[in-house]
Amino acid sequence: MRVEIKEIKKYFGDVRANDGINFQLESGNIYGILGENGAGKSTLMKILSGYQSQDSGDILLDDKAILFDSPAAGLFAGIGMLYQDPLDFPPFNILENYLLGKSKNINLNFSSAAKQVSALADQYGFEVDIKAEINTLSLGERQQLELVRLLAEGAQLLILDEPTTGISAEQKEQLFTSMRRMAYDEKKIIVLVSHKLDEIQELCDHAFVLRKGKLVGQSEVPCPNERLVEMMFGSLPTRRERHPSVHDEVMLEIKDLKVATYRIQIDGISFTVNKGEVLGLAGLEGSGQGLLLRACAGLEEIDGGEIIVDGEIINDQEYHQRRENDVAFMGSGRLEEGLITGMTLTEHMVLAAEEHDFVINWKQAEVETKSKINTYQVIGQSSSTADQLSGGNQQRFMFSMLRTPLKLILLENPTRGLDVRSTNWIWEQLYERRSDGTAIVFLSADLDEVVDRSDRIAVFSGGKMSRIVNANETNVDELGHLIGGQE
Amino acid sequence: MNNSELIAVLASILLQASPLMIAVMGETISERAGMINLSLDGTMLLSAMAGFIAAYETGNVWLGFLAAMIVGAFFALIIAFGTINLKQSQVAIGFVLTILGDDLSAFLGQNYTRLPGPTLGRYSVPILRDIPILGDLLFNQNVVFYIAVLLTIFVWWFLNKTQPGLQLRSVGERPEAAFARGVNVNLIRYAYSIAGGALVGFAGAAYSLAIKIGWSEGHTRGIGWIALAIVIFGGWAPIRGAFGAILFGATKTLATVLQSKFPEVSVVAFNAIPWILMIFVLLLVSNEWVEDMILKLPKRFHRPLRKFLRVSPPLALGEEFEKK
Repeated sequence: MRVEIKEIKKYFGDVRANDGINFQLESGNIYGILGENGAGKSTLMKILSGYQSQDSGDILLDDKAILFDSPAAGLFAGIGMLYQDPLDFPPFNILENYLLGKSKNINLNFSSAAKQVSALADQYGFEVDIKAEINTLSLGERQQLELVRLLAEGAQLLILDEPTTGISAEQKEQLFTSMRRMAYDEKKIIVLVSHKLDEIQELCDHAFVLRKGKLVGQSEVPCPNERLVEMMFGSLPTRRERHPSVHDEVMLEIKDLKVATYRIQIDGISFTVNKGEVLGLAGLEGSGQGLLLRACAGLEEIDGGEIIVDGEIINDQEYHQRRENDVAFMGSGRLEEGLITGMTLTEHMVLAAEEHDFVINWKQAEVETKSKINTYQVIGQSSSTADQLSGGNQQRFMFSMLRTPLKLILLENPTRGLDVRSTNWIWEQLYERRSDGTAIVFLSADLDEVVDRSDRIAVFSGGKMSRIVNANETNVDELGHLIGGQE
Repeated sequence: MNNSELIAVLASILLQASPLMIAVMGETISERAGMINLSLDGTMLLSAMAGFIAAYETGNVWLGFLAAMIVGAFFALIIAFGTINLKQSQVAIGFVLTILGDDLSAFLGQNYTRLPGPTLGRYSVPILRDIPILGDLLFNQNVVFYIAVLLTIFVWWFLNKTQPGLQLRSVGERPEAAFARGVNVNLIRYAYSIAGGALVGFAGAAYSLAIKIGWSEGHTRGIGWIALAIVIFGGWAPIRGAFGAILFGATKTLATVLQSKFPEVSVVAFNAIPWILMIFVLLLVSNEWVEDMILKLPKRFHRPLRKFLRVSPPLALGEEFEKK
């Protein structure tokens, strides 16, 4: 089998998810598709597997153009996709899950399904208890089962979307072994979608790197990490000059912090951030930097260590208490976590106010909202609902609701999806707050932003934090090493 | 109470539970496909009325049932269209239809109240009726009872043993995954909403043509809500739902018996018994310690017990599906 992707384009509104992508896949190879979140990997794979259709461009399967109207059609043509969260049916048992949609017969033939599943599972070294219900299985087992199903349906091209997130090391080894076998012994095409460099290096023969909807490079792998990092993030910009405003006193101190989730764990990290300092957290998405921010904000329970803000241990304070005590958090999901869809700006202002009267003085609230809208240059009316604003204006409006002064601001992707002007404006606002002694800790998927805006940088990789480097002394080689998990 | 009286009471419990079982089956298949038909109470009133009038005018009970099924299917169609095509809330539309069905049945049926009409009678199954006790209990019953039992078995078989049944469940659990398997999600939702609605309509007519013969305003009021509750109580499973309906009928009868024994206590208090019992059972079953208890038993009992005791609604119940 040979697959050719030609000039694939897919736009969602103004967002160019795929902006003319070309490449080829040949039998017997394992390919890696690498890119940060939002680079367009998932969209491309969904198009290839029939879950979405492209706006323009062609997919050629052995030189024949194909267009799938559903994933079932894609699988029928031999292209199967394993989603990060497998598309199975948790309340079903394994055989029901396997049989669904498989045949046109009215009667379900459980005994022959049991034989098929067992035989395939044996062949690839998976252990399955065929009577089990899906919701009693681990994520790794569900993936194995879904793979078995795709193989049984005759998939020749298998796409695996971030398959190692949330599975055990042992299951990962098993998965990789079976993937090698499928590619090298059975001459199938395997495509691994990932943002984890080490996996791509370990497993793949060839990597394609996507950035902002375009194929920006490709390389035989293994190859030096820096090469891939440079393709993923582009070359680093020169840092703009600005006044450092770091005070001598410590604002945030983290001591031996431990946080564990089922996906990733932080096991004992310590650092300090001074008043007026900006600490940027870099790393591939989901490497632990988000967990750290959320732990500081009180949104993630910690398993050990201390979080000290301005000399006070805040471990036991809940999110709302921390907020009262001038620790602010802004997540990257603006409409999910920051603003309330369907509520007007004035209503937001009233909710966010530090003091509440039982009866709302709407006239006064509106006057205040209008003045905030002016000061923060939000394009929108006090009567607009939050979801009517553009992304940049939502972000501006969220900043307008932050109280002054603050001790600590925690930010996730503060300028994601914003234009240059809004981005600069938001950082000016943030820098202005440093004179109050506010410390800023932020993470960004955009490495340029981290390097350009921080005083110091900490890099996360697989839950571990690197040494902290000075932003004006580092370079792409050093960061590439750190992002790849090498000291 | 002697033996034959006891058998008569039990037989009547089964008969009273039969239309409820049919309505529960209808709602079960609809909800397993992810569609809540909240309009049951209104649908049943309107179809009880329509069924009675059609049978009365034509003199044919089966045409009465057919008319009732069309009414039920039509209401379900409105819900399916409103939610799948117009993206409105299932609960909102269902609730409005409940009220509409109630009022419409009172209005349209006002000239047909308290009239004698054709009825569906009793049928004795040859040979089987001669089995002692069971014969009188199960095989000398109204036709509605046989229909309810056969329907329950059929729905159980259909849901658990057939490919279309599996597809039905898949769209109620995870429509996007069902779509990925080549299942036409919204078509299936339409089909089983309508089929479920038709069964609910049949159940409505079963009252006016067999169980509580005739028509009067508010003839079956409240029964639809009971059926909705029993679907939940039955954990969206047909056999459990049928038992729920029978249990409900039994506690109702118990309430009547108790009431004659304790005339000084208000009727309302006894009527609350089935509900209190249901809430109690639901709390019991959803409690953590059930799982603890299951785990203490030998391993081979775990799965069947869990299947029998644990209740969870279809994961995508009430959620709309849109192809991306």
